[in-house]
Amino acid sequence: MIETSQPPRAADMTQAEPAVRIEAVHKWYGAYHALKGVNLDIRRGERVVVCGPSGSGKSTLIRCVNRLEDHQSGHIVVNGVELTGNLRNIDAVRRDVGMVFQHFNLFPHLSVLDNCAVPLVLARRTPRAEAEATARHFLERVRIPEQAHKFPGQLSGGQQQRVAIARALCMQPKIMLFDEPTSALDPEMVKEVLDTMVALAEEGMTMIVVTHEMGFARRVADRVVFMDQGEIVESAPPEMFFANPASERTRAFLSQIVH
Amino acid sequence: MTSTTSVVSAPIEVLRPPVAPRRSAFTLLFGDLASAGITVATGGLLVLAAPKMLEWAIFDAVFVTDDPRACQGAGACWAFVADKLRFILFGVYPPEEQWRPLAVIGLIIAGVLMTLSPALWGRRLVLGWGLIIGAMLALMWGGFLRLAFVPTSSWGGLPVTLLLAVLSLGLGFPFAVLLALGRRSAKPVARVLSVFTIEIVRGLPLVGLLFVASILLPLLLPADWTIDKLGRTVAALTVFSAAYLAEVIRGGLQGVPAGQDEAARALGIPYWKTVWHIVLPQAIQKVIPPLTNTAIVMVKNTSLVMIVGVFDMLNAGRSAATDPAWPAPYAETYLFVAAAYFLICYGISRYSLWLERRVRERDYR
Ligand SMILES: Nc1ncnc2c1ncn2[C@@H]1O[C@H](COP(=O)(O)OP(=O)(O)OP(=O)(O)O)[C@@H](O)[C@H]1O
Ligand SMILES: [Mg+2]
Repeated sequence: MIETSQPPRAADMTQAEPAVRIEAVHKWYGAYHALKGVNLDIRRGERVVVCGPSGSGKSTLIRCVNRLEDHQSGHIVVNGVELTGNLRNIDAVRRDVGMVFQHFNLFPHLSVLDNCAVPLVLARRTPRAEAEATARHFLERVRIPEQAHKFPGQLSGGQQQRVAIARALCMQPKIMLFDEPTSALDPEMVKEVLDTMVALAEEGMTMIVVTHEMGFARRVADRVVFMDQGEIVESAPPEMFFANPASERTRAFLSQIVH
Repeated sequence: MTSTTSVVSAPIEVLRPPVAPRRSAFTLLFGDLASAGITVATGGLLVLAAPKMLEWAIFDAVFVTDDPRACQGAGACWAFVADKLRFILFGVYPPEEQWRPLAVIGLIIAGVLMTLSPALWGRRLVLGWGLIIGAMLALMWGGFLRLAFVPTSSWGGLPVTLLLAVLSLGLGFPFAVLLALGRRSAKPVARVLSVFTIEIVRGLPLVGLLFVASILLPLLLPADWTIDKLGRTVAALTVFSAAYLAEVIRGGLQGVPAGQDEAARALGIPYWKTVWHIVLPQAIQKVIPPLTNTAIVMVKNTSLVMIVGVFDMLNAGRSAATDPAWPAPYAETYLFVAAAYFLICYGISRYSLWLERRVRERDYR
């Protein structure tokens, strides 16, 4: 696939402004301290893989990036827009950020085509015909145009996840978040979803991917981030991360999942 | 591959699922001592009762007559029902104007037909029903063009029953959605208000609510606020159905996974559009049976308005039967009215079965 250039940037944003800036972010669920002062900058076009043991706060962190969760202190700035209680800002950030969930979260009462087209109509007031054309275009990109008329319940898990990716892409996001996109899939379907993600990465999409697929991390990540107990313990390019982890906790984690 | 595998050359038999052995009617009815006893007992009762019933309802019945005395000492007086049909169906609505309530029934049937296919559910259907209800009320009231004005106190019979049912369910539904959302809301004010409303209304008998609406409300409101009695009755029925529908819808909302709402938020779909297009359709599909149940109960509940003097179909029938010229044909009248209710409720019930099957055929996980 040909490496395409990134979409034009808004004029008021400097080259140096990161796509996502996470600064000293703390997050509590009730009394439970889920994120303990997380710092992370993600450059435009960068692919970051986040890994770590269960309950370490990976989902919480990326869900804060599109405000599915709110943080209580620190700053999260996405494409120059800070996430606060301000609803305008939240809307603006969600315009730029697409998300893919572990359990797909397709709308079961809508056809595959409508799953992709209806959000455009509802969120962007795109005319119906145009929305459908966009939907077909992206269904083709994830290579399932022939399933457009079916309902999600009639597709395999891998197909559903590819529809979910197409649905997110229809909104033309600048940043994509993936929360364990392959961990609910049967092994034989993991590859088709990862291939779709690799293609997306090759086109220059900024991606934050929570996954335990270390092969994917090696292949496409610019950086691997390891989280444990609500903190970022290590952040390094994949070669260094896998070959020479700095922290003992990272080494313990890697020894468990890399065979 | 070097190893040879043996090939089964015999044609593969097409396997059919085993047929469950049919239990014969005999084993069902007389299979064991208990079944046999029950069969004999109910059979005996039937044999005893059937001849008398047939005699009353058919053989001794009077089907056509102009003379009420012909019914004296005879069986069922169906001639009475035929004679009073217009009164039972339309009450004291001026006879020369009764094409209007008849048209209203037609409008309701048209509206129901229009609603049957889920493919048509949406904003246009809501608008359509708004127009139909407006047209129905305008037709019943009149007082414009050359239609004579007919006050609600003269409305009666089947159109009133249908209007009460459609209005209380139709107006109750949006309130029910708000109450159900409120009860699940994170905002304490919305939650407390919803819980309070639902629990108060569900804790009161409908008859009590009707009395509150028809007697208490006029006393509490300023004297010059004359709200029509029928209007107050509709208000009471609406509040009642809203509370019950709210709990049904809340059950459906609980069945919609949180991920649906999250996906919609992540896509930037505004809250109310998410509710209307994403969450509610799924919630409602999950609660078709209890929704049907509430609808049927509400259709029958409209007959309680008799207590506050509204002239619905049951009240019209009862009042027709008091005509001293005829020999007290209550049983016939009530059977006729019961048959009308049954047709409506059975129709709703069959429709909901069809709807459920349609939803299942989409093969949801
Ligand atoms: N809505 C919530 N309310 C309370 N606690 C929560 C909530 N969501 C997550 N937590 C807690 O916060 C911690 C971090 O959760 P999170 O889902 O971010 O972990 P994770 O790293 O994504 O784990 P996994 O690999 O299992 O998905 C966990 O201990 C979890 O129990
Ligand atoms: Mg997680």
